[in-house]
Amino acid sequence: MDDKVYHNKQEKAAFEQDLKVRELDAIEVNESRLQHRWYHNVKYIIAGFLFGIVFVKAEIVSWFRIQEMFRLQSFHMYGIIGSAVVVAAISLWVIRRFKIKTIYGEDIVVNVKPYNKGVIFGGLLFGLGWAITGACPGPLYAQLGTGATVVIITLLSALAGTWVYGLVRDKLPH
Amino acid sequence: MIEILSRPWPWYVAGPLIGLTVPLLLILGNKTFGISSSLRHMCAACIPAGISYFKYDWKKEIWNLLFVGGVVLGGIFSVFYLANPDPIVISEALRTELSGYGITDYSNAWVPADVVNWQSLLSLKGFLMIVMGGFLIGFGTRYANGCTSGHSITGLAALQWSALIATVCFMAGGFFAANVLIPFILNL
Repeated sequence: MDDKVYHNKQEKAAFEQDLKVRELDAIEVNESRLQHRWYHNVKYIIAGFLFGIVFVKAEIVSWFRIQEMFRLQSFHMYGIIGSAVVVAAISLWVIRRFKIKTIYGEDIVVNVKPYNKGVIFGGLLFGLGWAITGACPGPLYAQLGTGATVVIITLLSALAGTWVYGLVRDKLPH
Repeated sequence: MIEILSRPWPWYVAGPLIGLTVPLLLILGNKTFGISSSLRHMCAACIPAGISYFKYDWKKEIWNLLFVGGVVLGGIFSVFYLANPDPIVISEALRTELSGYGITDYSNAWVPADVVNWQSLLSLKGFLMIVMGGFLIGFGTRYANGCTSGHSITGLAALQWSALIATVCFMAGGFFAANVLIPFILNL
């Protein structure tokens, strides 16, 4: 790794802990060096738009569907997540196998999310929120679009949760 | 055509389309499909408050905010132009259980209108369902460093170990909430 000298085990553990926490900051590590004009971003609005339609029409944004999933009363959500993973996995394999590049000719890179204990604690907490609101973050935005105006409060609460996490992050086990 | 699209889409149509979002975003600009980061970018843009977690150039992540903006527009479009004329069909067992909690209004297919509405926000039940639920989404996804899109779809498809653990925990939390916590809250 590096040639840092540790005086004792605690110091080494503290350093590694800090490293793990900082690794989490690595967002969009494969950031493109290309500079694009603003209108190049329009394609992401269109992608989100199509994605939002799928969310609503497949009723993934329905609280009732999510309750069915977590009570094992319907196969619908399992079918969606399962087939999405399979299609995404095949797509990634094809991208790697044929070295497909982006439309700008750059190599495609998929970030690896590092493991830490936060995945467990955070995952459990998010699971509670997912079932209670009937929405994970994507469907939350789509629910907003469907006109259930009170969902704006759910979204603001999610922002508050994100902000509080940022605030207390260093004190949490990771 | 519109009539077919207006009916609820089956899982074998919706699932693959969602899966294709992963290569689509990669090919469009090397973007890793993940939605919950947008919450972080909004915090960084609006209320960074000197917190190190929010000190980064969020403008470089603008694509993510535009993507979720598109999701909202897609939701609006579906409701106006592709609305399902029939009420949502749910399992009989769930319908029976929910009627026991006083949830009988299916006029809104997306949220249980009996509990999730502006008036109930001031009651303990509504507060827990709306505010606490939302808070857990925001806090949990950042703590876990991803949500269903980033971990359960992109991460699992890329065969990442942390994604599998995350997904198992999402499901465990969800099962506990749906079978224990939510019945408790709805009985309040």
